[in-house]
Amino acid sequence: MTTKPFLEIDNLTVSYPHGEPAVDHAGFTMAKSEIVVVAGESGSGKSTLIRAVIGLLPGGGRITEGRILCQGLDLTRLPPRQLRALRGRTIALAFQDARSSLDPKRKIGSQFTESLRSHRLLSAAEARRMALRVLADMHLPDPGRIMNSYTFELSGGMCQRIALAMAISEYAKPDILLADEPTSTLDVMLQAQVIRQMLSYRERFGTSIILVTHNFGVAAYMADTIVVMRKGRIVESGSRDQVILDPQHDYTKSLLAAVPTMKAAGSA
Amino acid sequence: MPVADQPLLKLTNVHKRFYLPGRQILRAVNGVSLELAAGECLAIVGESGCGKSTLARLIARVEPVSEGEIHFAGEPIMGLRGDSLRALRRKMQIIFQDPISEFSPRMKIGEFLREPFLNFSLLSKKDAGEKALSLLASVDLSESFAQRYPHQLSGGELQRVAIARAIALDPLLLICDEPTSALDVSIQERIVRLLGDLRQSSDISLLFISHDLTLVSQLSDRIAVMYLGYVLEQFPSPMLVGGARHPYTKALYASTFRVEAERGQGIEVLGGETPSAIDLPAGCPFRLRCPEAEPACGQSVPPLREISPGHFAACVKC
Repeated sequence: MTTKPFLEIDNLTVSYPHGEPAVDHAGFTMAKSEIVVVAGESGSGKSTLIRAVIGLLPGGGRITEGRILCQGLDLTRLPPRQLRALRGRTIALAFQDARSSLDPKRKIGSQFTESLRSHRLLSAAEARRMALRVLADMHLPDPGRIMNSYTFELSGGMCQRIALAMAISEYAKPDILLADEPTSTLDVMLQAQVIRQMLSYRERFGTSIILVTHNFGVAAYMADTIVVMRKGRIVESGSRDQVILDPQHDYTKSLLAAVPTMKAAGSA
Repeated sequence: MPVADQPLLKLTNVHKRFYLPGRQILRAVNGVSLELAAGECLAIVGESGCGKSTLARLIARVEPVSEGEIHFAGEPIMGLRGDSLRALRRKMQIIFQDPISEFSPRMKIGEFLREPFLNFSLLSKKDAGEKALSLLASVDLSESFAQRYPHQLSGGELQRVAIARAIALDPLLLICDEPTSALDVSIQERIVRLLGDLRQSSDISLLFISHDLTLVSQLSDRIAVMYLGYVLEQFPSPMLVGGARHPYTKALYASTFRVEAERGQGIEVLGGETPSAIDLPAGCPFRLRCPEAEPACGQSVPPLREISPGHFAACVKC
């Protein structure tokens, strides 16, 4: 029996004013609970691709061709109001730099409860209880202290984990988490914490994840499927093992060859 | 020139304290002793806030040390002033994570590369211009780059120009402070290869600062691991896999995603957060997060001991 894909990106082309298409006839499908890693270098169009899914293209970007089907619904044809309703509830987006998506002048608690209350009818006290529960639920240490902190008082990794917690649980467990380089500004230990947290969401809620990264180590660790992009095009896609262990495209091979591996010291 | 057997760079019990408002003291570097031989590459690895960049700034004389001594080519550098300090700057160069900040936006790349020769009045403007072109060639950039402005270059190209300028005056030491962390993997590999070639073709020493164990294992002869301003372990790079003994080094290694690992395997997450450098824990700086900690670890800061030839660890259990 074949099930219909949960999300299908079909022949998608995205253009910004003046220039080549940033995403050029790209497509892949994703099943429920699947983790798709979109890998590529700067300028490959990988971030544009996932931003198109949620209808948040920066700087005049426009979908000029193709469809994005989410459970049969074409997201490219939805009126903005309906798309907005999907954001957060069905599809959530976590950014590379969580600090920039949090307000530096307000405590975490007030931001968190505000976003909870904008989507649900909750009293301030209920929202606060819920926020505390979400943070505790995500194994963040000392939720009470976090709620009373400003972003500058927390480490980058902590901000990233809070932003992920907000993205994923704020509006009752989105079906799809889009994560745009959520670990690339973090140290290795914090990277590991954040990636672990994402995996635990998938385990607990069956969240499907599209993770955009240039880190093949992360891709090898968590991907079910890997999509390799270059200059707006998908040059190769396949299962994790196919792409990592038996890459077909020369570009994938060259990228994998450039990834440092643990070995004895260099040439000198 | 350094005498044989004498290290090019020697740090003895170096401390750096920053005095903050409210009589608070941020202890960024705590009693670091290190040596670097001529032609050697030493990597300093640790997470954000471990003091590795501060250490680089102390060595480069950007900041004064609070305590301790730094010797370069046999001479103490802390007291250098005027001409002797300028002479030191010639022999010791530094490149940073974000190369664009080193460039003047309105200065063409060619001028930027001529500048060191003119600053030290070593060459005429014309000769310096020719030297600039050969420097571009040494980092695999075509002559046409000399006419471009920084904003017309990619991050990887800028970093190569920064390296070209840093090696212009044949320094004895090149300090690389996270030079590739902002770059794509293919560009990163190219920079690392360039630095490797540089080591082959000259006697330059490298101090390579990074948070990426995998990367430094490619390039360095020895690795020093820092945490909260302390060097916790120091060993020859080939020892990294399987030979490192300090629980922190092992945790750092176990947090590193490796493309050669099996899916879902090889990662262990260390709990907790790094304590503040303003309020250091008593005893071993790592003990609050250490999976192997025991009461004795809280008594005093374990000294860095040689546990086998060339392998040092600051841990009572190693």
